[in-house]
Amino acid sequence: MDKKTIKSLLSYCSPYKFLIISLTVLSIVSVIFTLLTPVLLGQAIDLLVGKNQVDFQGLFNKLIFIGVVVLIISLIQWIMGQITNTITYNITNDLRNKVFDQIQVLPLKYIDGTSHGDILGRLINDIDLIGQGLLQSFTSLLTGIATIVGTILIMAYIHFSVAVIVVVLTPLSLLVASLIVKRTHSYFQEQLAIRGEMNGFCEEMIGNQKIVNIFDYQVQNEEKFNEINERMHKSGVISQFYGALINPTTRLVNSIVYAAVGIYGAFQVLNGSFTVGILSSFLTYANQYTKPFNEISSVMSEMQTAIAASQRVFALLDEETIQELSTSKIIENKQGHIVIDHLNFSYDPSKPLIQDFNYEAKPGTMTAIVGKTGCGKTTLINLLMRFYDPQKGKITIDGVDIEEMNRDALRKMYGMVLQDSWLFKGTIKENIAYGKPEATDEEIIEAAKKARVHKYIMSLPQGYDTVVEEDGGNMSQGQMQLVCIARIMLTHPPMLILDEATSSIDTRTELQIQRAFDEMMKGRTTFIVAHRLSTIKNADKIIVMDQGHIVEVGNHEELLQKHGYYHQLYYSQFATE
Amino acid sequence: MKLLKYAKEYKFSATIGFLFKIFEAVLELCVPVVMASVIDKGIGNNDPSYILKCGLVLIGLAVFGYLFALVCQWYASLTSQSVGTQLRKDMYHQINTYDDANLDTLTAPSLVTRLINDVVQIQLAVAMTIRLTSRAPFLMIGSLFMAFMISGSLSMIFVVGAIILAVSMFSITIISMPYFSRIQKLLDKIALIARENLKGVRVIRAFSNQNHEIKRFNKETKNQKDEQVKVGKIQALLNPFTYLIVNFAIIIIIYASGFQVNIGSLSQGEVIALVNYMNSILQALIVFANVLSIYNKATASYQRVFEVLETKPKVEDQGVYETLTPIENMIEFKNVNFGYLQKDVLHDLSFTIKKGETVGIIGGTGAGKSTLVSLIGRNYDTRSGEIWIAGKRIQDYKLAPLRKHISYVLQNTSLISGTIKENICMSKPYQADIMNQALEVSQAKEFVSNLSKGIESPVVQGGKNFSGGQRQRLTIARALYKQADILVLDDCSSALDYATDAALQKQLQELKEMTKIIISQRTASLKRCDRIMVLYHGELVGFDSHEQLLKDCQVYQEIYESQNSKEGETNG
Repeated sequence: MDKKTIKSLLSYCSPYKFLIISLTVLSIVSVIFTLLTPVLLGQAIDLLVGKNQVDFQGLFNKLIFIGVVVLIISLIQWIMGQITNTITYNITNDLRNKVFDQIQVLPLKYIDGTSHGDILGRLINDIDLIGQGLLQSFTSLLTGIATIVGTILIMAYIHFSVAVIVVVLTPLSLLVASLIVKRTHSYFQEQLAIRGEMNGFCEEMIGNQKIVNIFDYQVQNEEKFNEINERMHKSGVISQFYGALINPTTRLVNSIVYAAVGIYGAFQVLNGSFTVGILSSFLTYANQYTKPFNEISSVMSEMQTAIAASQRVFALLDEETIQELSTSKIIENKQGHIVIDHLNFSYDPSKPLIQDFNYEAKPGTMTAIVGKTGCGKTTLINLLMRFYDPQKGKITIDGVDIEEMNRDALRKMYGMVLQDSWLFKGTIKENIAYGKPEATDEEIIEAAKKARVHKYIMSLPQGYDTVVEEDGGNMSQGQMQLVCIARIMLTHPPMLILDEATSSIDTRTELQIQRAFDEMMKGRTTFIVAHRLSTIKNADKIIVMDQGHIVEVGNHEELLQKHGYYHQLYYSQFATE
Repeated sequence: MKLLKYAKEYKFSATIGFLFKIFEAVLELCVPVVMASVIDKGIGNNDPSYILKCGLVLIGLAVFGYLFALVCQWYASLTSQSVGTQLRKDMYHQINTYDDANLDTLTAPSLVTRLINDVVQIQLAVAMTIRLTSRAPFLMIGSLFMAFMISGSLSMIFVVGAIILAVSMFSITIISMPYFSRIQKLLDKIALIARENLKGVRVIRAFSNQNHEIKRFNKETKNQKDEQVKVGKIQALLNPFTYLIVNFAIIIIIYASGFQVNIGSLSQGEVIALVNYMNSILQALIVFANVLSIYNKATASYQRVFEVLETKPKVEDQGVYETLTPIENMIEFKNVNFGYLQKDVLHDLSFTIKKGETVGIIGGTGAGKSTLVSLIGRNYDTRSGEIWIAGKRIQDYKLAPLRKHISYVLQNTSLISGTIKENICMSKPYQADIMNQALEVSQAKEFVSNLSKGIESPVVQGGKNFSGGQRQRLTIARALYKQADILVLDDCSSALDYATDAALQKQLQELKEMTKIIISQRTASLKRCDRIMVLYHGELVGFDSHEQLLKDCQVYQEIYESQNSKEGETNG
């Protein structure tokens, strides 16, 4: 096992140190009492000597005593159960919150570059596995070990050489178990790999089920699935078989231990070194002794998966996070004067994108960023908002380098609407007030009216209290976008970033919103990304991008006169006219 | 249980697994007997060679027991994996019969979880049933029987004890069940918030709302933890409770035996045997409790899996006609009303589309454009009114042949991983001439032939190795390749530049036999259409040529002006 993972796990356990120590103590106490009961019961049975020889008073006293011991054991077991639950649920809870905190401070580069399903898998499934596999099995492991040690001690106390036989044979059982675990591991890996493949296939194909239906692709689709399914079946049978081997195998070893103790003990009786009574209690203990091994070996395979899961969780927690400055520069009198100074940026060092870019957006001006789909228009926005930081050069607002500001302070100065409208599960009202939770109902309605979405909201059964389902549910892309626009209309940020903000809205509504936008942009420095060039030709400056590079900068007329890329782009859209 | 249907198919392997587990238990029960004879005969007669022989028998029992266990494990694995494999196969098949409404409600991510994770839970439950439930009842009944043979009256204590045990185990399980389903729901909520946070990371950070999100998340994880602790308290009762009951039963047995021993009707050895049998019953019941908790988890999965299997398409396939021959009145809507929920999305639509016509559909966001075309392929059934295609009611066709005649390009372009050829040839095997024509009309020919591998070029998931415009052209090619009589293009040229869009429109016009329906928000993309349908909040407010609509359809005029007031002046 990986030492580092164990160490990290232990650090999460440390707040519950006291509980873990009490758990250990209690399990030892409970094992001692449990090991005692057969002896006590034996003593009680010894009192039933024969006809007319039963000492009822003695029997009664003995049984009352046993009853008290049994009660104590049950009570201890109950407390142990509670403690285990408390530890488990608290640690999984802590871990989940910690991972979520981590998500909030991971750089965009990581979140953009990692499959969301993968991150979610760690947050949900892996942490559950840690809870089940590592923490729940902790108790079984503890009592198991305590029982083994306790039994050996009692046996050694009664008769040393028999205990030696048991102790000598014990490693054999462990060795066999670990051999199987190793073997199983590779089969499990294969099984997990196929499951991953199937997961990927299903996510893609079921996600595209409507397409499959349209093109009568069901038969081929099912064939492909069945092929993976068959492979999964084959590997599943073998891996499950191997996984299920541990238990009978350790049982085999333990049966041999039992036989050895029995036969050796019988010869000892023949030698006269101990009595039949002692032999019989030896056999009882030899039998009890085997059980924790089965438990421990089944716990081992669960622990393996749990260790793998915790490695994945800790890998996420160990990711480098964004660093914030302890003191942030604050812009007192916000003008919105943005200067981009000798900027160099690329996502991948081997593919330089923006090189030595200089630009100035005077307060209250509108800058448009244009280019074909996928040309990297959002790169500039990523840099302005500090979702990414440049490799060289700097961006200043009112003379302050934005890298000397806290990201939060910087971002609060912008109002942003993105092409992919994002709504969370909550009421429409909550969604609109996302940037200003203290807003009054009147303000919210006012903002919705400006965004031309008030009428639509009122047509919903619960109006502003209608709950938006995941991914917008029954709302269309356009309606979602309007709600996102209302969100910005509510806050009054000194600068605006509109990234294809109206792409899913029909042109009629767009025209109406445009007026609200125009009003809002008055006096605010604005960056607009658009592919409909007609909407931005009034911009003070236009940045033209192609394949991630900035190719031209200028206003509409200047760019047209250049007869360059913009000219070509602009006239291509009127080819149909 | 519906699962039995699946188990039945693997009756043979399940039975073998079951039997061998019992054989193993029988051998296990022999061990004390052999040991007893070691003590009685070997030691009693002072016979070392007999003791050694018995030792060999014990080892033999262990080895054979092991072999039987192996057989059992193999068949248990085989059965459970086969049930799982069959379930997945059937589920996947069922999903492939789903219509749009089913897919909207069950959603893809949830289907994937059910197909993979939930089936694993069921597999586990099946394997455990075979492995554990054969031996345990065998031991239990055997022990009860043996106890009864020793003393009929004392065995009543057994029966009562076992009943109390079973009832308490059962009630603890039943009481905790609703907690588990609540915990699962809370976990779904936690996952939802996390998913939202990953998707909306830019917006959240733009508003600096990270702390707000953390609070929201912590609230839900705390709710879940509280619920877990509550159910944990109930579940923690299980072990101590069984221990308590069994040992109290033993105490009572010993005390009651005292009287019988005292009158000489019971021997000391028999009392020891009784105590041992009570312990065996406890072991068996503990196994049951384990199986119950596995069932507990599996029940939820089981319901989720069977929901998938039992969801039937809302659109029923009860038509009789297998062929569709295009006629003059290709598509007719007669007073059609439709809505997804209570609210109507389309009101009282009536119109006719002629064979070979190119019809545009325009209208604002939420006007019902996509909904209208989805009705033509019977992805949903109308609420009232009728749709006729090629002279017959749409419900009178068998679904598969009907859908063969209609091809769609959907709004969100998606390609599947594979090659370009595999993507385009989804509807039928590759034919070079059809492929050529499809690529040509869709304006994809040029960029595809520039690829080093041409149509064999790989496509990654979601087609992310192509630009938005290229993806759109490939999806159009795929729809054309189907050579359907009706082609629907749902706002699919938004990522195309104007020149490409125009070329596409022109080429489409030339497919005279095909009836084309084109949805767009741009009047410029539709003005070449024979007729344009104007939808306004689910109502048909105009259906005529571009010129005519400009004259007498107010909504169309407004749309046209909103787009051309800006474009017009720059054009001049």
